[in-house]
Formats: sequence, structure tokens, C-alpha cells
Amino acid sequence: MMTETQVFDKVAGLIAPYAKNPDALKTLSKDSKILEDLGVNSARLVDIVLAFEDAFDIEVEDEAADEIWTMGDAVSLINSKIQ
Amino acid sequence: MNKSHNRSDRRVVITGMGAIAPNGTGLENFKIALKEGTSGIKFIEKLKELNFGCQVGGIPEGVEEIKRDYFSEEDLLAMNENMIFAGIAGIDCWSDAGLPKVSPDSETDWDTGAIIGTGIGGMDTIAEKLIPKVNKGKVRRLGSTIVEQVMCSSVSAKLGGILGLGGQVTTNSSACTTGTEAIADAFIKVKTGQLKRMIAGGVESSSPYIWAGFDGMKVLNSTSNDRPTEASRPMSATARGFIPGSGAGLLMLESLESAESRGARIYGEILGSHVNSGGHRSGGSMTAPNSDGVVRCIREAMYMSQIGPQDIDAINGHLTATFADDKEIENWRRALELKPQDFPKINSTKSLIGHALGAAGGLEAVATVLQLHHGFLHASLNCEDLKPELSDFSESIVHKMEKFEGKIIAKSSFGFGDVNGCLIFKKWEK
Repeated sequence: MMTETQVFDKVAGLIAPYAKNPDALKTLSKDSKILEDLGVNSARLVDIVLAFEDAFDIEVEDEAADEIWTMGDAVSLINSKIQ
Repeated sequence: MNKSHNRSDRRVVITGMGAIAPNGTGLENFKIALKEGTSGIKFIEKLKELNFGCQVGGIPEGVEEIKRDYFSEEDLLAMNENMIFAGIAGIDCWSDAGLPKVSPDSETDWDTGAIIGTGIGGMDTIAEKLIPKVNKGKVRRLGSTIVEQVMCSSVSAKLGGILGLGGQVTTNSSACTTGTEAIADAFIKVKTGQLKRMIAGGVESSSPYIWAGFDGMKVLNSTSNDRPTEASRPMSATARGFIPGSGAGLLMLESLESAESRGARIYGEILGSHVNSGGHRSGGSMTAPNSDGVVRCIREAMYMSQIGPQDIDAINGHLTATFADDKEIENWRRALELKPQDFPKINSTKSLIGHALGAAGGLEAVATVLQLHHGFLHASLNCEDLKPELSDFSESIVHKMEKFEGKIIAKSSFGFGDVNGCLIFKKWEK
């Protein structure tokens, strides 16, 4: 069983390669917006969701993926799938 | 708005170059390799594993080690080899032209565009990622990065974004004429005042999936796998087909007015160009040129340049090491109407780097400008045993690097589809 902090750290690691604003990674919180704060190209959200699926062995429906805006959204969704 | 938009008497000069070649990664290394006659052809284990007849080829070295000096990790997530070759050569070309460093925050440069051609580039992404996933019904797993790597214009689009180009940014494709055609078209854009600068040339990645079709056609040399540096043999009596190559060669074409206004170093000038096709008539076909088309192409380029046959001091030929080599020289003889003893010097850059397909014209144009600027003609390797049909031209063929004091070199390329391109380069003189 992963703690929420462990999930958060793993999500941060998966999103990091897509962040055009790496400075924002240093002050990452659950409220950090993936597109605006981290500078992720919106097209790459598809790749990030695929990375979540591989890393956590889950399946994320398109509708659920569309609701991921912040780090916290991603962590909550993944937690609900792995618990 | 530029009020003199339609003037076509502008002089077009070359102010920068970038090269990723099998015998030299980076412009300086490419120049040294040309001067020293260093072959970039090597044995390629992967081709042996895949049962290719030809198991040698030209692949630029050291690109993996330097790519992070040019691109962010985020960029590299969606860049295949074709885009990386074009990107490095393009950034080098920009820097070599003395243009200011750009960043993602810098403003769009409305004065510069790019025509960067490719032949079959991007096939590695199609073969290794796209097709396997689609065939397994895993379209959903393709992610977001496929389209921007497999669209033909990936090479120009990515570079345009990195450099912030605001002029026309496009990709052309005309088989082995691609790079030469890109330069010819960009030359016209600058000459007619549509843009101050154009980055132009060609790129081709090194995938076996690009080369396999040629191996299947039996047009690659499969008899020299144990002697890679002797495998590319343009004009040789023992030529048995071409050797596949890869890389990128790009030029910064600029109006003289613009170059002088910013005090740019000038390598040389393009006097004229022409691109045409033979219509698959009079001996021409999908895979062979109509000789009349070739002759017309050369003459039109000379006419535009306002030069006569005697003004051409050297030719950088297409010369691939197939049966077509002697036909190519005969076409030049017809076009120039010169006796063999008066024929210009001629060499084949493919003897050193193989046939880089869509990148060939670009890399060979860079080689041509380097030779003009630095005053040398590089050796055309492996034709000591000249084809008997070319014996009348033996004095013109450059077997060893030699000093060059001429002023004009013509560069030609011919491609599948019966397409032709010719560029006339001149040493820079005010």
C-alpha cells in the first residue's frame, strides 16, 4: 500500500520530463497546475496519463483524464484506483 | 511592408552552414574530413542481422553525445533522428551565420524562413512505433508525439519553433534531388525579396527501413561489405551500386543587403538555379533521367547565372556509383558543349559519405561552398579504376585533394521521378 506522499512523489517524477518550467518542480504542491504552473504542453497530457497507467498498473478512462488539472487531481485519481 | 518586394536582381549570399555528415559531425569536422579524404562508410552490424545485401553505410557519429547540448529533455521526447539531425544542423547554421542566440521567450523573427527537405525520413518512427501499436489494436497507446514526428514537415517545423522563424517554414520532397531543390527554391524566395533569409537544405535519418527498399531493388553495392571505405565507388569500373548515407546539410541564404547591413561573414554566392523534370519521356522513367531534361536543367541554371560553359571551373556531381554515372557526365558534356580536354574538374562527395538521399543535395552543397571558400577540391575516392566510358575525362576527375583557384562550382542532383536540380555557386567577390 502506497502512502499519499509516495504517490505524490511518483507522480511528480512522471510529470517532470514534460515540464518546460523545471523551477516549478522545486515548489510543487497539490495545488500546482500541470499546464499553467509546470508549463506542460497540453498535448502531452495524453502521454502523462499513459505514464500513470504504466507506473501504477491502472487504467484511466478518458473522462477521468479530462478532470486532471492539478497535481492533487492526479494523486486523488490514482489513489482511488490503487486502494 | 517591403516596397521593393518584386525586385529580382538581389544578390543572394551564403552566410552560415551546418552539417551532420557520416565523415564529420559539425561543419569544421566535415571540412577536415573532406580535405583529408576521410570516408564515413562503416560496417553496420544491424544490416547484417537483417540480412541486407549491402551491410555498410554512412551514419554520422557522436550525435547521441551532443544532442542534449541542443535540445531539452522535453523536446527530445518528441524528436526522432531525422528531427535531431535537422535541428543540430539548423542551430549550427544559425550560429555560424552570426545571428543572435534565441530562446523560447525571444520574439518571432519575421525575416527568416526555412525549406528543409527530406526523402523518406521519419520512417524509423513509423516502423518502430506507429505500425506495431496500430497492428496490435493499441492506437490508444500511441500518445501525443507520433504525428509531429511522422509528418513530412517535422524537420522544418521543429527547427522553426526552436529558432522562432516567422517566414515560410516548409519541407519539400523530390527523392535524391530534395536538398538541391530546397536550396533552389529558397534562393528564389530571397532573390525576389520575399524574405531576407532562408535556411535551406536536406536531411535524412539512418533507418534500415529507409534503406531496405533500395537493397531490395539491388541498387546498393553488396560486394564490399568487408571493405567499407572502398564500397562507395562513383565513376569506377568496379562500381556495383550506391552506399546509403544519412545526415543533414543546411545553408543560410541571405540577401547581400541584409548580410552587409549586419556585417556578416560571407562564404559565397548563388548565381542561379534551376529545377525541372523529364516527364518520364525519351528514356526517362521513375528511376532514370530523361537526358534532355538534365541538359535543359543545367543550361537554364547557367542562363539564370549569366555564365557560359567556360566559366564553370568545377562540378560537384550527383555521381552515385550506379550505371548512371557515365550518362551523367555525358549529359554534362552535352550541356556544356565542351571537348573532354576542356571539361571542368569533377568530384563526387558520395565517394566519402555515401548517398544521403534527401540530405544529399544539402550536404553536397555545403561541401561545394566549403571547397570554394577554402580553395580546395576534395578527393573523389575509389575511382582509380575509372570506367572505360569516362577515360576521355580522366584529367578532370579529382583523385587526390587539390588546391582550387577557380571561382564557380556547379552542383547538380538527379532523383527518382525523373527530377533534376542544378545550383551555380560562386566564390565571394564584392
